[in-house]
Amino acid sequence: MAHHRLAPRQYLILGLVALCAPLGDTCLSRGMKHFPPIHLAHPGELVAAVFTPWIGAGIALLIGFFASYLTALSWADLTFVLPATAFGNVIVALLSRFWLHEYISVSRWAGIALITLGVGFVAHGPSLTEEVAHLPEKEHVS
Amino acid sequence: MMHPTPGFWASAAMISSVVLSSTTGEVLTAAAMKSIGDLDEIRAREGMKGAIKAVITCPMFFAGVFFLAVAFFALLFALNHLNLSLVAPASASLTLVTNAIAGKIFLKENVDRRRWAAALLVCLGVYLLAI
Repeated sequence: MAHHRLAPRQYLILGLVALCAPLGDTCLSRGMKHFPPIHLAHPGELVAAVFTPWIGAGIALLIGFFASYLTALSWADLTFVLPATAFGNVIVALLSRFWLHEYISVSRWAGIALITLGVGFVAHGPSLTEEVAHLPEKEHVS
Repeated sequence: MMHPTPGFWASAAMISSVVLSSTTGEVLTAAAMKSIGDLDEIRAREGMKGAIKAVITCPMFFAGVFFLAVAFFALLFALNHLNLSLVAPASASLTLVTNAIAGKIFLKENVDRRRWAAALLVCLGVYLLAI
């Protein structure tokens, strides 16, 4: 497998994927906390939530994420893009702790550290699976 | 507004729904983008309109978007009942593992030891996040 080096612009795209997703998730969480518990019997309430400001902002950020994500998938493997952008989990934890004031236990911090380590592992590998060229069969010279 | 915390199985079901629909959507989307080719090159050659046209004329892309939309509403439902610090990392990380398996089987990606090691580290990380 050849080692595909990424251009700075491609790292920027991966950075956008990593940033927009957790920021969007945080906005969604903030928006959904203002709703009473939604039950499966009333799915229409979920659609109504889409038109609230926090959920709207979350969706806008997730559209930004999706555009960057599609671009990244066009030049890198899915199994490279997803782990490489998993650093967003650390951003989610920091936002949960300092913005949403959720409690993060020591074991959750350890979990986040392991995820980050996993990201580091995969990010040092090749970004794209090399297609194996199918060479024509050796011609028989008569 | 504070909600009563759901039990283990209810939480697992909510997170699993997000993971399974998300994996299906991501594999279909990745297959679509591979069939389209490098978007940066298409944009350089045919402009932004050409890049958008290449994406929206691919049926597999819409199949992927459908499952990603299902995953989105499953995520909204889960966020309504569970903390973000559990739902977001757990679903994202488990999706990573299911994607490694699906990527190897369906996309024929070279999931080498480095990528499997990353998946295992993430699995352990998810376990620590959930306890």
